[in-house]
Amino acid sequence: MGCTVRIPSPLRSYTNGAASTAVNGSTVAEVLADLDRRFPGMRFRMIDEQERIRQHIRLYVNTRAATHLAEPVRAGDEVHVICALTGG
Amino acid sequence: MLSSASKGTTRHWSSYDSVMTGTLWIGTRKGTFTLRPDARRRTFRLAGPQFLGHIIHHIVADPRNPKIVLMAAKTGHLGPTVFRSTDRGRTWKEATQPPAFRKALEGETARAVQAVFWLTPGHASERGTWYAGTSPAGLFRSEDGGEKWESVAGFNDHPMRPQWATGFGTPGGELLHSILIDPRDLRHLYLAISAGGVFESTDAGKNWAPLNEGVEANFIPTPDPEFGHDPHCVALHPLNPDRLYQQNHCGIYRLDRPARRWQRIGTAMPKKIGDIGFPVVLDPRDPDTAWVLPMDGSTVWPRTAIEGKPAIFVTKNAGKSWRRLDKGLPRAQAWLTVLRQAMCSDAGKPLGLYFGTTNGEVWASANAGEAWRCIARHLPMIYSVTYSV
Repeated sequence: MGCTVRIPSPLRSYTNGAASTAVNGSTVAEVLADLDRRFPGMRFRMIDEQERIRQHIRLYVNTRAATHLAEPVRAGDEVHVICALTGG
Repeated sequence: MLSSASKGTTRHWSSYDSVMTGTLWIGTRKGTFTLRPDARRRTFRLAGPQFLGHIIHHIVADPRNPKIVLMAAKTGHLGPTVFRSTDRGRTWKEATQPPAFRKALEGETARAVQAVFWLTPGHASERGTWYAGTSPAGLFRSEDGGEKWESVAGFNDHPMRPQWATGFGTPGGELLHSILIDPRDLRHLYLAISAGGVFESTDAGKNWAPLNEGVEANFIPTPDPEFGHDPHCVALHPLNPDRLYQQNHCGIYRLDRPARRWQRIGTAMPKKIGDIGFPVVLDPRDPDTAWVLPMDGSTVWPRTAIEGKPAIFVTKNAGKSWRRLDKGLPRAQAWLTVLRQAMCSDAGKPLGLYFGTTNGEVWASANAGEAWRCIARHLPMIYSVTYSV
């Protein structure tokens, strides 16, 4: 099931600068797994070894916040990876 | 992930390289830099930044092959990782399996590495082996030059580990650091935790035991606790591996094995200076010589140069006495802080010493600390200064 992932600037070193990429998956977990197959190492920068979304990462499916990796994703959805941190 | 050195600083690289005597690797809160001295250590060429914006806790070259350099990195947003270079830092590749705890079992506290804080090359006979220390306190090992990291279960899953490392850490979190390998015996290891104490293994990390007798821990109500201490930096002498020095939250200590009781050698420091600080650096040619950089540990722990007058102190008799070295350093209003990885020596004769400050300055001495000068300023907060040939 194809969807689009919007890549924030801190992670574009993995995508050769691309701001979005097409991947497959019917859950956020599957989308991130496919993303990591295409761009190895990227998932661990967002998801820790206990399968938790890292503190300063937010994931959205379209406009809906995804608080867990089982969140469903449908064909044509956009998954947004947001880096959430302020300060110097 | 690949990154190239900043091109603007490499115009005369090849001709300059021919007179280089080594590299200072500078890890900062906003990226990594290098300082390369001329043959007489009179001028230093600053290059970088690489990985601008990345938090670099430690960057260490491999003494078994100085072309190989490892860097402990994360960013404000992204999880921790390790980058590897096989060409002296010109290009970098990310570890394919960074340090990570195993998945927690039902009912266990789920630990996740927040930062890779410390890197130690393995024993000289084990090419490709490295150790990493993390926050929260974890020990990891790579046998392929830093490409894939495995949890050292003997420590990370030790039944006493929850008591040894309780999360009572520094403002940056609980830190595992000062991973030391006995050059005579690759199975003999030490590590330190802030806070938690010093621990020793004699079976290549399968089992561990506290090694803190004699060390003060005035922040714990228990008298003479077995662990829970706060070592800031521990160093083992390469010529006499039975000798360890420790700069602790509660003083400067020396331990001569097989003894198990640390001797507080900081009591010989001037009373108005005290013996609180972060780094301790040893003279690789003389087990009796060590340098420390005292910080203000009074009242609310400012951890700045005492009275705004930075000074190095040297002992040449294993801590029986100390001498102040401050020639060339600011005489007043210099409230600098030097963190535990941010002071090192080089391989020169006389020995060169270097330290980096949290306000982005690098200071150098080409005569074992007798005189100092600033060789770089306006860098980001410096976490780490290491030297390689």
